[in-house]
Amino acid sequence: MKKLLILSTALSAVAFSASADLTVMSWGGAYGAAQTEAHVKPWSAATGNVAVMLDSDNPAQPIKAMVEAGNVTIDVASVEYADAIRLCDEGLLETIDIATLPAGSDGTAAADDFLPGAVTDCGVSTDIWANVYAYDNSKLTGTVPTLASDFFDLAAFPGKRGLRKGAKGNLEFALMGDGVAPADVYAMLATPEGLDRAFAKLDTIKDDVVWWEAGAQPPQLLADGEVVMTTAYNGRIFGAAIGEGKPFQIVWDGQVYENEMYVVPKGAPNKDMAMEFIAYATSTEGLRAQAMQISYGPARKSAMLEELVYKDGTTVMASHLPTAEANLTNALLSSFEFWVDKDAELNERFNAWLATN
Amino acid sequence: MSDGAAIDLLKTSDGRPLKAALAEAQRRAKRRAFLLVAPLLLFVILTFILPIGQMLHRSVYHDGLAANAPVLKAWFEANPEGTAPDEAAYAALAADFKTMKAAKTAGIAGTRVNYTLPATRSLFTATARVADKLAPPYKEALIALDEKWASPEVWGALRAASSAYTIDFYLVSVDLERAADGTIQKVPENTRIYIYLFVKTFLLSGLITLTCLILAFPVAHLLAVLPMARANLLMICVLLPFWTSLLVRTTSWIVVLQSQGVVNDLLIALGIIGEDGRLAMMYNQTGTIIVMTHVLLPFMILPLYSVMKTIPPSYARAARSLGATSWTTFRRIYLPQTLPGIGAGALLVFILAVGYYITPALVGGADGQLISNFIDFHMDKSNWSLAAALSAMLLAGVLVLYWLYDRLIGIDNLKLG
Repeated sequence: MKKLLILSTALSAVAFSASADLTVMSWGGAYGAAQTEAHVKPWSAATGNVAVMLDSDNPAQPIKAMVEAGNVTIDVASVEYADAIRLCDEGLLETIDIATLPAGSDGTAAADDFLPGAVTDCGVSTDIWANVYAYDNSKLTGTVPTLASDFFDLAAFPGKRGLRKGAKGNLEFALMGDGVAPADVYAMLATPEGLDRAFAKLDTIKDDVVWWEAGAQPPQLLADGEVVMTTAYNGRIFGAAIGEGKPFQIVWDGQVYENEMYVVPKGAPNKDMAMEFIAYATSTEGLRAQAMQISYGPARKSAMLEELVYKDGTTVMASHLPTAEANLTNALLSSFEFWVDKDAELNERFNAWLATN
Repeated sequence: MSDGAAIDLLKTSDGRPLKAALAEAQRRAKRRAFLLVAPLLLFVILTFILPIGQMLHRSVYHDGLAANAPVLKAWFEANPEGTAPDEAAYAALAADFKTMKAAKTAGIAGTRVNYTLPATRSLFTATARVADKLAPPYKEALIALDEKWASPEVWGALRAASSAYTIDFYLVSVDLERAADGTIQKVPENTRIYIYLFVKTFLLSGLITLTCLILAFPVAHLLAVLPMARANLLMICVLLPFWTSLLVRTTSWIVVLQSQGVVNDLLIALGIIGEDGRLAMMYNQTGTIIVMTHVLLPFMILPLYSVMKTIPPSYARAARSLGATSWTTFRRIYLPQTLPGIGAGALLVFILAVGYYITPALVGGADGQLISNFIDFHMDKSNWSLAAALSAMLLAGVLVLYWLYDRLIGIDNLKLG
């Protein structure tokens, strides 16, 4: 029966014939562009293999369907940390041996060079990003928001807010906006009272929220004036502010940060090439090249030895990275244990909260 | 012919009994007819019946734990519900964990149990990580590892998940869950969502069907009574959006209706509303209703038109000449004759609306989402069994409506064109 199921799924799946040697799937927008410039193109040039970049709102989503249908069309995907763990646990990813990754530029072995947790059984960190909130400088005159609690203060800062549609990130942010210290957030979210408190905080702004799904949306919402402030991936705001000169300002308070992982779906058509690509992209030079395109922190110590400068040649990246000391004063490292366990349950509740008024 | 043996059997020219020859010829004709439809039959089976069967199967089947924990499954089968887990049960669990660790399947098993009892997935992955070090007595060893292994809720969930066939996913899709003792109860109020969504999906679809009918009826009538040349022009106007990509139409509506959009700008320029009073017509239920009504309108106009075209105008004239008012003529003469078209259009629009996905996904915001958007959500979150159960519920709902329609109006009266 199972064979029959798989066969029929494979038959009903639309065949996608890639002309490329290697297919990478990422999040599109400024982030996809950064990975294309920093990893895909140079790797192509260095090895002579053709590589293409595909965009997705969340590259983790199609992996299960592809693997189970036996019709995997992507070789490398850039996914969130909790998804990398979950997919790996479910046997949907190829394992990656840390010993095959190149040593740092200063000769440190990969195992010691990567920051703790940056390499897992099935994934290697391509950067550390944060879900921050930002506002438009030209629209907010007078006092400007500086704290997570300001995001929830409709009296002091009236206007629409943008939030990512989903439980992950928002619940943590809501508690920190309610004055909970980052260290206590997950302990509190594990209790029913803590959860109620997070949802109650979100309730206070619910009627004024515009929900976004794709990472490219929040800078657009800000630029269009649809919202006065919005959460966003910090690199997208950086890209709009520094890259395009938009008057956007990031508030480094109460943000949640985590590793972004390159993974290889099980049964990837060009598995060996995918492994070579990941080794190349997550080498000291690869991580540095990406950090010069977009303001996400590299996960190797050796990548921070020399100063990182943005592609415009003048902006020093250090202060814009989620890993910068000054930006970490009130920040929270996303807990994959919490989300791998509770993702289904909390999204159920989040959806119920969202759909019913 | 009652006494076959007495009568000499009729024979064909080559000496075979006529009855057999006839049957043979008929079989051949049937075979040929079957061969002619065989490609279509095969196509329908492969692309329609098989996937739907597969979906229905998935909605009651998840072998995440059953396939990966055979020893534990055997223990559950040997011991009836209510038996407290003894050392043998823990030993079975430990043995399965050792196999799961070797095969790297603890995540799959944990995922299945997590569907029944949230927050147990990490219990599985964490236990599997140290499975090799487990030694008898297993009960103490496992409970020392994590005291959750002593909890009756966990064992209740394990028992429920140890059978590959389950109705758990249907329970979830009607906002029910299993309590620790195996009884079925409602989920906490703050996570009840699916019944609300089903009701909302059917109500909104009904509303959209009604709006479509009200808008389409005059247009279809006009199309049917106008002279050919002008009717054709009008027809093109009806069909033009029909030929335009759905995505283009939906995004055009976003441009028109969003809060910084054309309509709001116009209203402000005219001084009807102030800058702070911009209307929220997009990314909410209103947006879903407006855009879906527009998108589905041709599906109402076309069947209505095809029926109205065949109604002879002489009936209405006869009614008027016999003294009926124009309203009576419409109500007693014209409207009843358009019923087959109304039925066809309404059924078509309603069934399309109930399963509509892309438009609510793009313009629905938070409260304009339909059940299909949540089916998609669970597909993305890899909970295919729940997605399948929700789809099956939707399918059942539509079939019930179809049956009701057949009983009330009769499916023979349907006229699609």
